Amino acid sequence: MPAFEGINMSWFFFILFAALAVGSAIAMISQKNPVYSAVFLIITFFAVAGCYYLLQAPFLSIVQIIVYAGAIMVLFLFVIMLLNLRKEIRLPLHGPWQVAFAALFAAILLLQLVMFILAAVPTFHSAPGHGALSGGGEPLGLLLFTKYIYPFEIASLVLLVAIIGAVVLGRKKLPKEF
Amino acid sequence: MSVKPVAYQPHWSDRFYLFAVLKGMVITLKHFFKKKYTVQYPEVKWPVPKGHRGAIRLNKDEQGRMLCVACEMCSTACPAKCITMKAAVSPWPDREKYPLTFEINMLRCILCGMCQEACPEKAIELTEIYDFSAYTRQDLIWDRERLLKNYDLTCDGRYFERSREETGL
Amino acid sequence: MFGMDWIDLGILLTKVMLVIAVNFLILMIMELAERRVSAFMQDRVGPNRVGPFGLLQPVADGIKFLFKEEITPSQVERTLYWLAPALVLVPALLTFSVIPFGMSFSAFGREITLQIADLQVGLLFIFALVSLAVYGTVLGGWAANSKYPLLGGLRASSQMISYELSIGMSIIGVLMLVGSLRLSEVVAYQTGSLFTILPRWNIFTQPLGFLIFLIASFAETNRLPFDLPETEPELVGGYHTEYSSMKFAMFFMGEYIALITTSALLTTLFLGGWDVPWVDEAALGSWGVLLSLAAFAVKTGFFLFLFLWVRWTLPRFRFDQLMHLGWKVLLPLAIVNILATGLFLYLAP
Repeated sequence: MPAFEGINMSWFFFILFAALAVGSAIAMISQKNPVYSAVFLIITFFAVAGCYYLLQAPFLSIVQIIVYAGAIMVLFLFVIMLLNLRKEIRLPLHGPWQVAFAALFAAILLLQLVMFILAAVPTFHSAPGHGALSGGGEPLGLLLFTKYIYPFEIASLVLLVAIIGAVVLGRKKLPKEF
Repeated sequence: MSVKPVAYQPHWSDRFYLFAVLKGMVITLKHFFKKKYTVQYPEVKWPVPKGHRGAIRLNKDEQGRMLCVACEMCSTACPAKCITMKAAVSPWPDREKYPLTFEINMLRCILCGMCQEACPEKAIELTEIYDFSAYTRQDLIWDRERLLKNYDLTCDGRYFERSREETGL
Repeated sequence: MFGMDWIDLGILLTKVMLVIAVNFLILMIMELAERRVSAFMQDRVGPNRVGPFGLLQPVADGIKFLFKEEITPSQVERTLYWLAPALVLVPALLTFSVIPFGMSFSAFGREITLQIADLQVGLLFIFALVSLAVYGTVLGGWAANSKYPLLGGLRASSQMISYELSIGMSIIGVLMLVGSLRLSEVVAYQTGSLFTILPRWNIFTQPLGFLIFLIASFAETNRLPFDLPETEPELVGGYHTEYSSMKFAMFFMGEYIALITTSALLTTLFLGGWDVPWVDEAALGSWGVLLSLAAFAVKTGFFLFLFLWVRWTLPRFRFDQLMHLGWKVLLPLAIVNILATGLFLYLAP
């Protein structure tokens, strides 16, 4: 991708993608129908991928689409459709203290988020074109297989254990001659 | 009676399936280039085998006169009761009667050929014409002239060849 | 995208419009070819009445689709029901934007590549789009709110996910050889010759990868023998049972466009793209450009015919057989292929 000539264009797209991401994320949690929630989540992933692309990390952006929008969300949809969930069932509240706790935790989370963003603001301008995540897959791959080789392998081992666990739990007792 | 169930035991080479797939594809490709059996219907008509019982015709003699003597044998023999005729005094000296009107209701006709067998004069016959659909029910009640026209179409036995010559297919 | 002048923009727009127009033209030809090839393989003639050799049959079909009554069943989920056909068609069309379909040449004082966008991550872009193509099918099946489409959508989602894995794994071998995700470099790698006689196409260096990719792409495009999401005998058409008129036609068009792009992708990845074997296109000037275009068309056409050929030869798989093939045969084979390629590269750099 050629370097941005006018910051205006990239600003325009950033605002577009950011608004889309936030808007569809809000839409996702406010939907009653789980399938529509999933669809809005897909749109969120897309918008985030667009933001990655604007940060000159095309590899990351495409992988975001392939892995999250293309694979995980399809599985989500599969499960939703398989269970044939229609409308969300509203559970009754267990008194006012529940609301209070929820509000408290939400406020703490929001505070953390705001603090994090404020702390990160000074580094915003230097984001594009730097770091291992920019460009194609090569720098990312090099990092994963050199510096972060142990976390990487451990993560894959954990996933393997999860897969084996799922297979063991999901296996049916079949008759012997089968 | 003892039946020994034998499960299909594929040879290890069958387990690749690809060779079988390729074999099948060769077969379909061979057919791709083979002669096609489609008959281009309205232009080319499938010639029916001898003895086919199709549309009915009224035969004529060498002088172009109808052979029918209005004896009503055919309408008596007809199991579907689709033949009606009105007899009149023949204008020709060699017979007494001839049909003034002769109608076959092809909506009722079952093309059984009993009329042809009953006719003492060989005046009524079934032909090889099988494509006589019509747009209205009235069009399928055939009068004397329509039946005589069928004779003109089929008397030389070249009904199917002619349709092919006309379209050039 | 930014920093281009009007001529660049004009060239780009021309390329986009040309690609879409040609895609739809081939789509029409495919619609006719499907019927005529199937007829020929069954010793029939097929539709040959509308226009010379029946060439205008697709137009007649299109008009028929346009004038069919548009029925929206009362139980459907409106929004997704209307969106789903477009979700099938758009990703399929987008895929073509990164496929190089001819040699680059210079005109208007600049280099013109016969490729809409040469993305750094072109190959991954295609996989992103392939993985998105399933949404139209799945959401269409769900939105119809009826049992057979739902089953079709379920099948589509599990089938696509299973075969995406094999497809992704099968091209890693190619990536290891080429060392780039850019499709133009994939094509450039395949020019030249192998053992002096063979063209250096990936089909010769990666035969196993090619086979896996080919089989999996049948599943990805919902073609027989893997058209389980729309099996007409058991699911009455599957995910598009409740669709009619132009919306149904869009599902159809999406399927065929996906077929075209998959064929073009197969050509690019394994048959050397626009490369003509044993010929140095660059030395031929503008004839070389035409030759490269023709080569690309012929190779893509071959794959399109192959898709038809296989469809009218093989019977449909059962769903458990499909899953068995995807997970227990193709995926392990793809991993073996990666290991073998790695070993080869390690021993003979």
